[in-house]
Amino acid sequence: MSIAIYIIVMAGVTYLIRALPFAFFRKKITSKFLKSFLYYVPYAVLSAMTIPAIFYSTGNIYTAIAGTGIALVLAYFNLPLIVVSLAAALGAFLTGFIF
Amino acid sequence: MEKKIQNDFLRGMFNGIPIFLGYLSVSFGFGIMAVSSGLSVFEAFMISLTNLTSAGQAQGVVVIASGGTLIEMALVQLVINIRYALMALSLSQKLDKKFTLPHRLLAAYGITDEIFALCSTKENILKPNYMYGVIAVSTFGWVLGTFLGGAAGTLLPANVTSALGIVLYGMFIAIIIPPVRQHKNILFVVGIAALFSVICKYLLPFISGGFAVIISAIIAAVLGALIFPQKDGENE
Repeated sequence: MSIAIYIIVMAGVTYLIRALPFAFFRKKITSKFLKSFLYYVPYAVLSAMTIPAIFYSTGNIYTAIAGTGIALVLAYFNLPLIVVSLAAALGAFLTGFIF
Repeated sequence: MEKKIQNDFLRGMFNGIPIFLGYLSVSFGFGIMAVSSGLSVFEAFMISLTNLTSAGQAQGVVVIASGGTLIEMALVQLVINIRYALMALSLSQKLDKKFTLPHRLLAAYGITDEIFALCSTKENILKPNYMYGVIAVSTFGWVLGTFLGGAAGTLLPANVTSALGIVLYGMFIAIIIPPVRQHKNILFVVGIAALFSVICKYLLPFISGGFAVIISAIIAAVLGALIFPQKDGENE
């Protein structure tokens, strides 16, 4: 299948998700369940995307585990996104010389 | 920087500089990942320009690389990016009168986690030009990083590019962990999502990566909403 068609579908769906409520929706959501569900979706998505995929992200499970460990520790201490993600890569890079 | 920049567009650009830097590095990782998955630099660049979203793009590339269907692609984007609908709703409550329908349709393009955070916290009333300033500087960082990452991916040594494959996931961890520390309900949701994602990967390998994320995320968010419903005003 043409990659251009994939990109059009991706971009179209993503744009409509943003534009429809931004442009046309004026009321407040009142359903407690729906509000709670939407509140949890980002965390659930990010978690499901990260685990277990992160362990395969460097092509070497040992360097990936090292990078993941570094990211977890730095994130636990609330360091900025950019510091956490670059330190994870640096950790994976350096442990790549050992494993 | 106590003196407030009067020009809305310039103030937006100035406040958006940290987003620019963050996007530059994260999209560098995306560019590498996209090219190593078989896309051209131009295709990676176009995905970043038209989507402006990290998680959705990363999973979108996975769908493309695995030859998934367009339905799968649409559902993956819908589930991963549905949070933007909530942010758009929240932002729509504080728009300036200048925000006419054409402005809304244009600015909607730039609703991301970080831009939402900046636009919903730094301004009392959101004006179009301020939001455009933030979007302009952020988008520039996002597409520039994608281009550099995609181009460098073929130039850099293999051990560097493979290590950079973890950059986006590192950012996801940095987003998830601080709230997980503070809120047991979020810890619960994150744990359930990870558990089902692992089950799909190892016990149900016939489920493709995109659907595994959708199924895991929906189960976790539904369980979270049933067991830990949010109190009013808590999910701003």
